[in-house]
Amino acid sequence: MSFPSDRSGPRSEQRLPGPSTLAVHAGEDRHKLGHAITDPVICASTFTFKDSQAVIDYIEQDQERGEYGRYGTPGEMVVERKLAAMEGGEEAILYSSGMAAIVGLFMSKLNSGDEVVFFDECYHRSREFCAKHLSRFGVVTRQVKACDYEAMEAAITPQTRLVVSESPTNPHLSVVDLERFADLGRRHGVDTLIDATLATPYNARPIEFGIDFVLHSATKYMGGHNDLLAGVIVGQSEKLADVRTLRGIMGAVNSAHNLYLLQRGLKTFELRMLRHNANGQAVAEFLENHPAVERVYYPGLASHPYHEVARRTMRGYGGLVTFLIKNADWRVTADVVDRSRIARIAPSLGGVETLIEQPLVMSYYQCTVEERKRFGIPDNMIRLACGIENEEDIIADLEQALAGVQRT
Amino acid sequence: MHFRTRAVHVGNEKDPATGAVVPPIHVASTFVQPGAGEWGEFDYARSGSPTRKALETTVASLEAGSHALAYASGMSATHGAMMLLNAGDHIVAGSDIYGGTYRLLHKILNRNGVSVSLAKSVDLQAFEAAFNDKTRLAWIESPGNPLMTITDIAACAEIAHRHGALLAVDNTFATPVLTRPLELGADIVMHSATKYLGGHSDALGGMLVVADQELHDALYFVQNSTGAVMGSFATFLIARGLKTLELRVREQSRSALFLAHQLSQHPRVSRVLYPGLESHPGHDLAGRQMDGAFGAMMSFELSGNYEETQRVAESTRLFQLAVSLGAVESLIEQPASMSHASYDAADRQTHGIVDGLIRLSVGLEHPDDLWEDLQQAIAAEDKLA
Repeated sequence: MSFPSDRSGPRSEQRLPGPSTLAVHAGEDRHKLGHAITDPVICASTFTFKDSQAVIDYIEQDQERGEYGRYGTPGEMVVERKLAAMEGGEEAILYSSGMAAIVGLFMSKLNSGDEVVFFDECYHRSREFCAKHLSRFGVVTRQVKACDYEAMEAAITPQTRLVVSESPTNPHLSVVDLERFADLGRRHGVDTLIDATLATPYNARPIEFGIDFVLHSATKYMGGHNDLLAGVIVGQSEKLADVRTLRGIMGAVNSAHNLYLLQRGLKTFELRMLRHNANGQAVAEFLENHPAVERVYYPGLASHPYHEVARRTMRGYGGLVTFLIKNADWRVTADVVDRSRIARIAPSLGGVETLIEQPLVMSYYQCTVEERKRFGIPDNMIRLACGIENEEDIIADLEQALAGVQRT
Repeated sequence: MHFRTRAVHVGNEKDPATGAVVPPIHVASTFVQPGAGEWGEFDYARSGSPTRKALETTVASLEAGSHALAYASGMSATHGAMMLLNAGDHIVAGSDIYGGTYRLLHKILNRNGVSVSLAKSVDLQAFEAAFNDKTRLAWIESPGNPLMTITDIAACAEIAHRHGALLAVDNTFATPVLTRPLELGADIVMHSATKYLGGHSDALGGMLVVADQELHDALYFVQNSTGAVMGSFATFLIARGLKTLELRVREQSRSALFLAHQLSQHPRVSRVLYPGLESHPGHDLAGRQMDGAFGAMMSFELSGNYEETQRVAESTRLFQLAVSLGAVESLIEQPASMSHASYDAADRQTHGIVDGLIRLSVGLEHPDDLWEDLQQAIAAEDKLA
């Protein structure tokens, strides 16, 4: 077995190590500083050279070592190697948040006059950055309906540099046909970016389908404990060189403690994902059969419009379940949220604690009615991010929260 | 609520001041008081802190206890419990126990005038025969270290109580996921929280758990007077580890059972000590006393001498050569030269810690990867031989 960090080690077997083996060991040196079993938390902001020649060698030979913290630290390199191995990519670049990662990629790849095409179901802050900030630099953003590949092709012009989608999308959980998306990009000579935060490399590895860049808000399933912020981009080293250079200039990097929590969280990645997947599926099935529920969005349900695509591209379907309360206005819906006892009212997802939110109230409160309609956010929509608690407890909690609706 | 839900939520109520879904790490050594002579809930961090209290609340719930206390290490927790005794008192301890506990009993407590008898706790008659009218505490582990013996906790509790003694159980190997000694009549549960509770080889800590207010008060008095409390950062990491405790222990137990089956068919392995194997003398009892799995610790005997065994332990690529256990990384060690080296050679023989014995702490890696690694390590030694 061999890992990216273990270049000198024997390569006895072709079989890839299992996801948990990768999560625990990939990217880490087998023999660490001080013989410690875990990597040290290296807090240093700067790194020393033994003499001037060492500085010159570092620059001329492009050595992988610490120089100044903003350009990368030994602790960060470990986590980046681990994430790249888990994702099946050549290289990973870490950022201080998911938004910093997407901004870092856009700022590297898009110049004034360039165009980017989006599938329209996406995190509202990504959309906002394109509309309000990229536009100021003369970058044109076009949006087409999610999973409408013909519309996307029609929107591509000679100025298009990047096509972007989430998969699954948030909060509608539409699933992109990754092979088709990659092929579309290749045919038009345009790079493809998939925000796979909701999938995670446990459920889908877009690079294997030919996608150029994979993005994660590592705050979610990767960190997994609702106690850190981080973002990551994974792809081929050649395509990431300019992205890394710009990050070194812009400086949206992680602290050493944050990186350690991320690395530690990754050790239980597969276990957590198995529970999130099982809980998501069980909750979706429960909700689909509940009389107070009008509709459930979950790729693991046969009723989901992208169920077939999901089955082809994903191993499991994650912990996020979106649903609509039947005949309910925003207040009745808010009451369901407020009655939950295990699920806590908060934005975010992917941690061990189950979180619940009403998109209207949480993320889309400032939008006009027309905007919400355009984004597909009805007043009676609830987004539940299943944690790793026992599924019986999450379902019992939902059952009592929904019981109130039936009485009204 | 089910175990895993409690592991995530009990003791982790959202922060009332900020709404933070993860409680803050309180690092304060002292707390401002409402008035002179008026005391708030916390005063000085040795006496208690919100961060430690949160962990203690979670662990008490998982162990089905009423109170828990967090210590700087497993040994300081063990010592904290043993300091309930006075000069002239007597302890009965199982013979298959951690080397550090053995050392504490024989080289420290004896200086305080506390005497100890070791007895095979798997043999209830021999265990009871070790009690005398000065016995105030009985100390057992199940599964035992390193031979994985299974002790009948309920029967030991009954014996201890009949002799007016308390029963303490070191539950580090089984974890509350698989065994909850307080439900079986034990009085004190001890953990090296460094192991499965923390689970990531990155924090030292110990816990005592009880189901009795008076006993808690006595232990707390000792802890507050002697000061071996858990630090704030370690407390945070261990509390974070608890959230995935059940997932880790069940998965690691599954891998251990797989490896035990594989090893027991290997020509170079003469014996596998794992309670999940039907051949294990404690298998039936473990089936009753352990909740659906048999833990992730195991030992096996290689048909080989001290040096050959040493070389096998040194040739694994995934299993890392280190003492300690219970973490996501798989570890391997030779008890005769490492965890139980503090026993004299004669004592090791008496207790069955032979030179060919190898102890594994099975981690979270894929079981196929682990098995491949063990096979190549044994094969490498064969080539040398």
